[in-house]
Amino acid sequence: MEKKTLDIIITYGLTKKFGDLTAVNNLSFNVKKGEIFGFLGPNGAGKTTTIKMLTTLLNPTSGTATIAGFDIIKQRDEVRKNIGVVFQEPALDVELTGKENLEYHARMYGLSRDKRKKRINDVLELVNLWDKRDVLVKNYSGGMKRRLEIARGLMHYPVVLFLDEPTLGLDAQTRRAIWAYIKKMNKEEGTTIFLTTHYMEEAEYLCNRVGIIDYGKLLVIDDISNLKNSVGKDVITLSCTDADRFVKILENEKWVEKIKRHEGLVTFGVEKGDEKIPEIIEIARKQDIKIKSISVRKPTLDDVFLSYTGRTIRDEEGQVSSKGRLSLRFRGGR
Amino acid sequence: MRTNELQAIYIMWLRQMKRFLRFKTRLATMVIQPLFFFLLLGSGFRQAVMPGLEGGYIDFLAPGIVAMAILFSSMFTGVSVLWDKQFGFLQEVLVAPVSRFSIIIGRTIGGATTALIQGFIILFIAIILGIKISSGAGLILTIVFMLLLSFTAVGFGLIIASKMNDFQSFSLIMNLIIMPLLFLSSAFFPVTQDKTLQTIAYFNPLFYMIDGLRGSLIGKSNVFPPLIDLIVVCIICIIMLTLGSYLFSKSEV
Repeated sequence: MEKKTLDIIITYGLTKKFGDLTAVNNLSFNVKKGEIFGFLGPNGAGKTTTIKMLTTLLNPTSGTATIAGFDIIKQRDEVRKNIGVVFQEPALDVELTGKENLEYHARMYGLSRDKRKKRINDVLELVNLWDKRDVLVKNYSGGMKRRLEIARGLMHYPVVLFLDEPTLGLDAQTRRAIWAYIKKMNKEEGTTIFLTTHYMEEAEYLCNRVGIIDYGKLLVIDDISNLKNSVGKDVITLSCTDADRFVKILENEKWVEKIKRHEGLVTFGVEKGDEKIPEIIEIARKQDIKIKSISVRKPTLDDVFLSYTGRTIRDEEGQVSSKGRLSLRFRGGR
Repeated sequence: MRTNELQAIYIMWLRQMKRFLRFKTRLATMVIQPLFFFLLLGSGFRQAVMPGLEGGYIDFLAPGIVAMAILFSSMFTGVSVLWDKQFGFLQEVLVAPVSRFSIIIGRTIGGATTALIQGFIILFIAIILGIKISSGAGLILTIVFMLLLSFTAVGFGLIIASKMNDFQSFSLIMNLIIMPLLFLSSAFFPVTQDKTLQTIAYFNPLFYMIDGLRGSLIGKSNVFPPLIDLIVVCIICIIMLTLGSYLFSKSEV
């Protein structure tokens, strides 16, 4: 029954509108079998809405998608059998113990008695919660809840595991541990992983490929290394007097790529950045522009994000945009 | 496929039983509240003489209190979907490969079981206090009414839960709709003493449930024969459950 295809998720013009607001706009992309795919974007970009459509919790306004060959609108039950989901907000029954939560899940997914027992032990071991299995979930810490949810998402051998902001609000140590679990299950169980995040380092550490989404639109999708190369071999960031004029001058140099101004800083890509620094300083001196600071480094996903959206993802954090608030509202809505 | 759905229904039922039995304070309040009503009203109006009242007031009151316990408990079950929604657990339920129909059945059976346990506790206490049961067949019919009342109330709770997103609206509905309906249902006093009261009662779904419960349990002071009530109650129950299921299946998280 399962179609043999290398692309485990295929979306066709997936769109979701909430009234006037287009939360997800005409998404078409593929996710390959066995990869860790990252969906990157600021809060309110449409990441969660996309996951909710792919996991059959929301109906698309138009377009559709297939998961493991099954249509998310017409073959919901088949889709549901093939996916595991870890939602952004905890979705545990806190008045049950960790083990009872897993038992609930196992029965909902129709695992047989033997499988149930073995699998519960396996996943509890995998996330190091065996000792806490009989503790009520309301006495778990945030990190433990997250781990339990990841364990639960894995129980029924899903083909694809969706993780919506898996480490949101967790401390650095717990985040590291969860990253390790994600890598481990991708390797040991061969599960394809679709995760959303607005932490660049998370995507950089975990993912093979990422898609950048902003205002509901997919801006780019590619391997991380390709994306970084597209920014330039090295990234130079400098601050100077008369930045506008300096940007215009530099734009005329053919070795300068993707120049951007951002918060008083000028950022651009070059090859062999170390050797270019004296040249840049020379140009500035001739034009009587004073350079206050200059640095060269390897490009990061932050640079990629900046070059595609014109701002860093940190600009978005802290300030709750109106879109972000909307997505929150719809979370509790019908 | 079919065993999958049965397993799902079973585990949903089990979850509710665990939650119900694990939290003794919740269990206690849900039994104690109707018990207070029963003992206080029962002793306060023991000597009261009202038109439409045959036999003692305690006998009259018992079915009303049993109904009240079942009603509150079942509605709470239906509305607890809201609770699951707020705590995110509903997503886990909805994303599972289980039909919406089974999810509703699971919740309804779970709710009915907890409600019946509470109903039986009240009934048992009432019998100890000396109310007179009409007959064995009447007792069986009483249980049928208790079940139907419970299903209806779960259905009504599901309707509220599908249409609302917070608990403030729930308490509003309890106070502005359920309490008046309960008072106008002949649960605490006969409605036959007043023409207007009686007319209003005929439009009150709860009236048929309590009248039927009274007719079958003590066989006195009831307005309609229990079997007529039974037909009306069946129809109301089907409407409520269908509507509740429909709205719930339409709801998105």
